[in-house]
Amino acid sequence: MTIQREMIPARPAPGSTIGPIAWLRANLFSGPVNTVFTLLGLYLLYLLLVPTIQWAFIDADWIGTSRADCSREGACWVFINARIGQFIYGLYPGSEIWRVNLTFAVFAALIAWLAIPRLPFKRWVAVLTLVAFPLLAYFLLYGGHFGLRVVETHRWGGLTLTLILAVVGMVGALPIGILLALGRRSQMPIVKSFCVVFIEFWRGVPLITVLFMASVMLPLFMPTGVSVDRLIRAFIGITLFQSAYMAEVIRGGLQAIPRGQEEAAAALGMTYWKRMGLIVLPQALKMMIPGIVNTFISLFKDTTLVMIIGLFDLLGIVQAALSDSRWLGFALEGYVFAAFMFWIFCFSMSRYSQYLERKLHTGHKR
Amino acid sequence: MSVRPQARPAGPKPPFWRDRAKRALIFQLLLVAAVAAFLLYIIGNTQANLSARGITTGFGFLNNTAGFGIVQSLIDYSSQSTYGRTFVVGLLNTLLVSALGVLAATIIGFTVGIARLSPNWLIARLANGYIEIFRNIPLLLQIFFWYFAVLRAMPAARDSLSIGEVIFLNVRGLYLPEPLFESGFGLIPLAFGVAVVASIALVIWNRRRHEATGKRLPAGWISLALILGLPMLVLVATGVPVTWDVPELRGFNFRGGITVIPEFLALWLALSIYTASFIAEIVRSGIQAIPHGQTEAAQALSLPRNLVLRLVVVPQAMRVIIPPLTSQYLNLIKNSSLATAIGYPDLVSVFAGTTLNQTGQAIEVIAMTMAVYLTISLLVSMFMNWFNARVALVER
Repeated sequence: MTIQREMIPARPAPGSTIGPIAWLRANLFSGPVNTVFTLLGLYLLYLLLVPTIQWAFIDADWIGTSRADCSREGACWVFINARIGQFIYGLYPGSEIWRVNLTFAVFAALIAWLAIPRLPFKRWVAVLTLVAFPLLAYFLLYGGHFGLRVVETHRWGGLTLTLILAVVGMVGALPIGILLALGRRSQMPIVKSFCVVFIEFWRGVPLITVLFMASVMLPLFMPTGVSVDRLIRAFIGITLFQSAYMAEVIRGGLQAIPRGQEEAAAALGMTYWKRMGLIVLPQALKMMIPGIVNTFISLFKDTTLVMIIGLFDLLGIVQAALSDSRWLGFALEGYVFAAFMFWIFCFSMSRYSQYLERKLHTGHKR
Repeated sequence: MSVRPQARPAGPKPPFWRDRAKRALIFQLLLVAAVAAFLLYIIGNTQANLSARGITTGFGFLNNTAGFGIVQSLIDYSSQSTYGRTFVVGLLNTLLVSALGVLAATIIGFTVGIARLSPNWLIARLANGYIEIFRNIPLLLQIFFWYFAVLRAMPAARDSLSIGEVIFLNVRGLYLPEPLFESGFGLIPLAFGVAVVASIALVIWNRRRHEATGKRLPAGWISLALILGLPMLVLVATGVPVTWDVPELRGFNFRGGITVIPEFLALWLALSIYTASFIAEIVRSGIQAIPHGQTEAAQALSLPRNLVLRLVVVPQAMRVIIPPLTSQYLNLIKNSSLATAIGYPDLVSVFAGTTLNQTGQAIEVIAMTMAVYLTISLLVSMFMNWFNARVALVER
């Protein structure tokens, strides 16, 4: 009989349970059915990726000025290159493009400030974004003051117009949405039913009929002789439509705040607006940010519909460029470019909203 | 909320704006007055504008001859038909693409949503890629892609792509063989009806027997066999009274069979693929919302894996899935109005588009169009509320 006096050194785990081989086994080839699925998936990936990469990168033409520079075997990115200015700025006059750039630089800075959790003074920056920035954007983009030349709205287009429509729709819809949501929870029967009808009406009809209505019926509603700019009509339609969706998101946030909060505030003798403005809304708005970002994403995608009433947003201007006789037959390139631009914006926003949801999950989950 | 004291303390009566009930009344009266004033202002302006343009209001225009053709219609329609009939044709086309879109989106969405949860890493990644790509690209762009970049780039009729020389795809659309029913075919729907009734009876009987004795038959499989088998049996017994009208190339175009126009195909594909990406997310989060303890408890009762899914996980997940699923169906129906961008003759395209332009009856046409979508929305949400109440958790 022997006595083991030293510790037996730990043996390495069996080769079949660690490392890439084990991973492959557990995740891809854990059984006959799984193996078949994996092989099918690989084949599908091969079918999709190889021609796509071949078309978009290997056979593609990148440099040149006209369609003669394209070999027609792969994608012709020359087309996008030649038109990129229009796709981004529309028909905005070339010498004034700095105004667009400046507007979006300011906007990006404000949004970045709001989006990064560590930075202070969030409330003031939010007020600045919602109140001061729209005025600044108006003076910069439209001009007519401070020696800036007027740029008519029919020259606005491309990605610029897409962003303007989405941001204006959002900034306009937020206050209306808050009022509607509060009205829907109100105990006054007429106010409540008015808000319910308003919200359900706009949520029940497609945006395209709203835009048709704004472009055809709005001129009829105005006093004779008053005409409304086409872009303003789109703004009105989008804002009304969006405010209904916003109201539902805000209502969801309001419902998540325990009733005791409002009752405690009432017990302290606060008036309705103080209870809402100081106690309920600040807590609710914070929890609603993911929902608000999600409605903003769908608004951002929905702005493409304005091309049906004759405005040239990013998709509209790509579509118009496709019918240029010098560049016929590049529909695929045009759509892939537009899809890529939209995808980048929407995907990053949805990632941000998921991050926020995870962050907000900690305390409030019930 | 506010508990009023029984007796008012002595002192002067507080002014009326301190009384909550009176304040609410005044506030609501003001709101009504503001809305009424706004409406009166708009109606006044509209009447002035309409008389200035010489447009008469009313729905009389629905009886006028439309004078334009529609490329796809489910009922008899010619350019001699009235605007009223145009409305019906558009409505039916909207319902057709919505119904088929809902069907396809549900199938793709559930498949991708379940694949997203697959233990197979590659399958889960592929499903995730599908979801992230298609839900972050605007629907209109996807419709344009399918229509202009794919279907409009198909070869001409002469060089059609074909599957077994029976189904053809070219720039003018998809050509499918059409079944022609001969006499004696009526027995098959009859057999189908009998099978459905018998299956329902079987399921009810099986449930009663199960509750009374604890024994059960695999009623689902028997019903499936009945519903599929009985019509098949009759089909064979009557000597297959169906002939297929296969499309044929004559001259420059195909004749015979069913023609699916490319506008329909593009819209249907885009709607299904786009909505499916949202449905997949709903299905995934619905299944993940079921606590793992439920599965473990079911396994502890030694239920087999398929019964764990069928009796424990899926019924609970459906409760979470159905409300957002409804709103996706409604979105799909509303989004089908994008048809107007590629010229598929749906309600918005032929009625709020062509008819509006020809007659100038903006208010009537837009109101009718919006009323249709509102009605559909209300009906679907009423049905889903009813369904939801049926499957809702019965709380203690």
